[in-house]
Amino acid sequence: MRILSRRSAPYVFLLPFAASFLAFTLYPLIQSLWLSLHITVGPRAKLFTGAGNYAFMLSDPEFYKALRNTAVFTLGALCIQLPIALGLALLLNHTWLKGRSAWRFAFFSPYLVGQVFTAVLFGVVFAPKYGLLNQGLAALIPGFPIDTKWLEDPARVMPALIMTALWMHAGFNMVYFLAALQSVERELYEAAAIDGANAWQRFCAVTLPGIRPVLAFVAMLTTVGSFQVYELPYNLLNNSPGPQGAGLTIVMYLYLRGFDSGDLGFAAAVGWVIAAVLLVMSMIQLRQGRERVPR
Amino acid sequence: MRTAHPLSRLLVYAGLACAAAITIAPLLWLALNAFKTTEDISSGTFFTTEKGWTTENFARLFPSDPHAAIDITKKPSVNFTRFMVNSLFISGSITLLQLFFSSLGGFALAKYRFKGQGVLTVIMLATFMIPGPVLLAPQYELIYNLGLMDHRGGLIVTSMVGAFGIFLFRQAMRTVPDELIEAARIDGCSEFGLYWNIALPVVRPMVGAFCLITFMGTWNSFLWPQIILQSQDLFTLPIAVNQMRGMYGRNDTGLILAATLLSVLPVAVLFTLLQREFISGLTSGAVKG
Repeated sequence: MRILSRRSAPYVFLLPFAASFLAFTLYPLIQSLWLSLHITVGPRAKLFTGAGNYAFMLSDPEFYKALRNTAVFTLGALCIQLPIALGLALLLNHTWLKGRSAWRFAFFSPYLVGQVFTAVLFGVVFAPKYGLLNQGLAALIPGFPIDTKWLEDPARVMPALIMTALWMHAGFNMVYFLAALQSVERELYEAAAIDGANAWQRFCAVTLPGIRPVLAFVAMLTTVGSFQVYELPYNLLNNSPGPQGAGLTIVMYLYLRGFDSGDLGFAAAVGWVIAAVLLVMSMIQLRQGRERVPR
Repeated sequence: MRTAHPLSRLLVYAGLACAAAITIAPLLWLALNAFKTTEDISSGTFFTTEKGWTTENFARLFPSDPHAAIDITKKPSVNFTRFMVNSLFISGSITLLQLFFSSLGGFALAKYRFKGQGVLTVIMLATFMIPGPVLLAPQYELIYNLGLMDHRGGLIVTSMVGAFGIFLFRQAMRTVPDELIEAARIDGCSEFGLYWNIALPVVRPMVGAFCLITFMGTWNSFLWPQIILQSQDLFTLPIAVNQMRGMYGRNDTGLILAATLLSVLPVAVLFTLLQREFISGLTSGAVKG
């Protein structure tokens, strides 16, 4: 007699997932809604406030600042990082290129460093005078002020964040684009070339449609990831939102207002706002992805 | 297409070289500066030092007598071994648990037909849509009520198995031939044996990729450990480096960069070993659909 029959085996095999899902996802998800209607002091003392947390958020200028910063950061990732990642992938996709996997490894390597360590490293890279960025820029551009402050000047904090994210993620996204490009059939390019299409026309008519599903996937991944950015600015700006809150993101807002001050109810409410915004953005991207289908 | 002009080839290589230089420079800078004194780092040179190369920064991360070592007034030192062991233990145990439960679940979804399969698959895919921040507060409350605050268990218990892993393994397990499983079943192999002896060896590349993805994720994870861990004895590397930077960062850059380099190294080594599997695992869900 076997311990597990063919009929019961899949249920037993999926039991850990089911249990974990119920205890650590579904129950917290429901609890989170309930919690968001309370003011809490630590995990024990609760006071019902109805929509009070949400009302407070809507009246809090810091909330709007966090939302705006996060939106700018996300747009920066989509509009700067993805084109550069695609450009790198296109360069690497040339059939005659030597050492493709070495190039790929070089571009991918920053991703291995992780957000926290990248932020700590770039905290030094951005340092005035001796930092790598100022040293490099001063060497390339005559007259570039070597004591340029990146992380202390509110106007430069967001560019610094976008640059750091670009350094970290361009190679990661490139890996997806390269895999997609390699799945586009070579004959299509040759046919287009025979028809007299130039490089740009081939890119628009063959490459883009060919990699569209992956493009949509990477855009979605980038949007969701960038919108939840926290480790990068928090560590880059020395555990603070930066000068005049220029690096305050929405998850940092959740952490500072919710966990640092011990109000779990408020943290839950911010969490739901983040979830709602992400849901709306995903639906827009899904719809756009569908509309652009050629044929 | 077939014959690229030599000049355009040169341009492609030049473009790649520029991009690679920008990508590699900060890492090289990190590796070199970790072996310089803080005074030399502050002089802003790249390849050269005035006072010579030194391993002093690393020596202060591993003091011979950790109890007597802390002297913040002059040259601070920390017991870095502790943090490395903590990180290894937590990332290692989460990776092994996730590997086992995810591959087991993925096997069940890919190779069995059972009631509720559709519902489970939908639940699994829906889980992808739940952003992490919405669960932070209630999970904190839950961990608090379970008495796992400031405890390694609080980190491990919430991430023992995930929908992402089940999904990856469901895709991979589909490539295991049904005939292979049927034949083993007829030979008297137990249901668990089918998973362990037949299916798991077939999906070995995915095992490598998944281990690396999971290990990297937990190795670098910050927000959840920051919330759960309070005592310094339990700190993982990201938390420890963050704290060290807060304490010594302004005037002891050498120490911070040495700590960062050591924190990054294990993942880099692991990646170099498993590179091929990692890239194919990463893109398998996206490109093959």
